Amino acid sequence: MAKPARAVRKMDAPPWLALRGSPLSDDEFHGKVSTTSWIPRLEYGWDAGIAISRFLEGLKAGKILGVRCRVCGRTVTPPRAFCELDFRPMDDWVELADTATINTYSICYVTWDLKPLRKPQIPAVVEIDGTTPRVGFLHLIGGVNGSSVEAIRKQLRVGMPVRAVWKKPHQRAGAITDILYFEPVKRHPER
Amino acid sequence: MSEGVAIVGVGAAVPRPLSRDVSYREMIFDAATRAHTDAGVTHHEIDSVVSVCEDLHEGTSITDEYVPDQLGAVLKPVQTIAGDGVQGVATGFMLIRTGIADLVVIESHCKSSNILRHGDVLEMALDPVYDRPLRANPHYIAGMEMRRYLHESGTTEEAVAAVVSKNRAHALDNPVAPFGARIHTDDVLASSPLCEPLRVLEMSPYADGAVVFVLASEERARRCPRPVWIRGIGWISDSPWLAMREWADAVYASLSAQMAYQMAGIASPAEEIGFAEVDDTYAYKELQHLEAAQLAPRGRAGVMTLAGETRRDGRLPVNCSGGSLGMGYCFDASALYRIAEAARQIRGESGRAQVAHATTGLVISWRGVPTQSGGAVVLNAD
Ligand SMILES: [Zn+2]
Repeated sequence: MAKPARAVRKMDAPPWLALRGSPLSDDEFHGKVSTTSWIPRLEYGWDAGIAISRFLEGLKAGKILGVRCRVCGRTVTPPRAFCELDFRPMDDWVELADTATINTYSICYVTWDLKPLRKPQIPAVVEIDGTTPRVGFLHLIGGVNGSSVEAIRKQLRVGMPVRAVWKKPHQRAGAITDILYFEPVKRHPER
Repeated sequence: MSEGVAIVGVGAAVPRPLSRDVSYREMIFDAATRAHTDAGVTHHEIDSVVSVCEDLHEGTSITDEYVPDQLGAVLKPVQTIAGDGVQGVATGFMLIRTGIADLVVIESHCKSSNILRHGDVLEMALDPVYDRPLRANPHYIAGMEMRRYLHESGTTEEAVAAVVSKNRAHALDNPVAPFGARIHTDDVLASSPLCEPLRVLEMSPYADGAVVFVLASEERARRCPRPVWIRGIGWISDSPWLAMREWADAVYASLSAQMAYQMAGIASPAEEIGFAEVDDTYAYKELQHLEAAQLAPRGRAGVMTLAGETRRDGRLPVNCSGGSLGMGYCFDASALYRIAEAARQIRGESGRAQVAHATTGLVISWRGVPTQSGGAVVLNAD
């Protein structure tokens, strides 16, 4: 197939690209039609359970724990109490490294509620060393310089080795955020 | 296409007020493992999976995304139903009757202890324009329904209290019912008014739990050790208008039962149904549901209860498991607990709670306030 003839335009990174149109005003929302509103006050306290509790305790101690299935042989993290493929308990616990390989990532210029971000957030799936290939771990990439797409693309690529950057021990709460982010490392240990 | 559909596997977590030690996934995995083992099947053999769950009860939206792992349903046909447990069983029934599947897993669970503000969840079920701004606790709907039911049927408050007394006593004989107790009707009548005439002890306590069934086509069920046949099933939803409802009668239950009876070929329910597990979320509901299902003449369910006819050794044993009053109310999973307990009765596995000659049983379910949705299931030994 022939390459398209048009020149590839250099990408303008948001948020500097102005959006067209104008947002709906408060008056348009609430003044022009009859509406009724309700602010739900919903609160939940989920029981983390056997596997996740042990995993969170591990994070508090600065360790990434995983479990291995004796049937399919997969080692996964975050750990789970049972293998979803073999439908049997998964209780062969292992301590994993805090180094990993980037599977995929996105350079995100909006917050979760769509507010523009000047310094992007970089959610990523990384494969923790010691887990089975393609068993992902969702977290954030940090420790990269600059905020433009060009600058970040120069520092990150799929397959790149990364390492966990932890909160200080006294700041850890037994939460996934005890790991601040994963940052690129120069040298990658053998898998 | 399969003519008959049977419950071939039953697995249930022991309901309890708190379940801090396990996640909902681990609780369901346990129930599913028990159901598979009971049926003598592996998760590889399951053709289709139905989960009954409701986003606001889970605290996650798009709950169906969280269903497959704990049910052995990864890369299988999965659907979720935000409705009464009987609607889930009906969906499995249809999957088998249409020939789409031979083995179907049905699941429902409830982690009510994880909902920190259940009143607010309940409030979200009320119409936001007409009903919610009044800011009354939705249990008042049960209070109003109970008053009109007592008024029209001539049922006494003592009869409602007797339901509590009976079901909590029944629960003493069911090792998996956490709320077994000897409570006299006077104790019930002396308990605090909640939404008067409804009293605190007349309301089922909340519990966490999970139930999993394996349903099978006729041919497949014949190869399973202990099939219990679903001979009839029905489910009905009434109009949601609060102010215009038929307060005295559970019309959804009457029509659900009629639908199930017609399918099962039952002409005289009072003679043909040997025992019943019916929704008793609020104690008066048991009486209202028995009358709706034609197991008691109008206004007679209370009298029958006071005469001991609905006890385990009575003419029509009702909620020998303890019902929701004795086992705990598990939202939409309550219907599956009623069905599970009825299936155990038919198999003769109920131990000290066992009813003599439990060959044909009826289950009536209700989706709770503020709904007028419910279902009926006729189960049979052969
Ligand atoms: Zn496995």
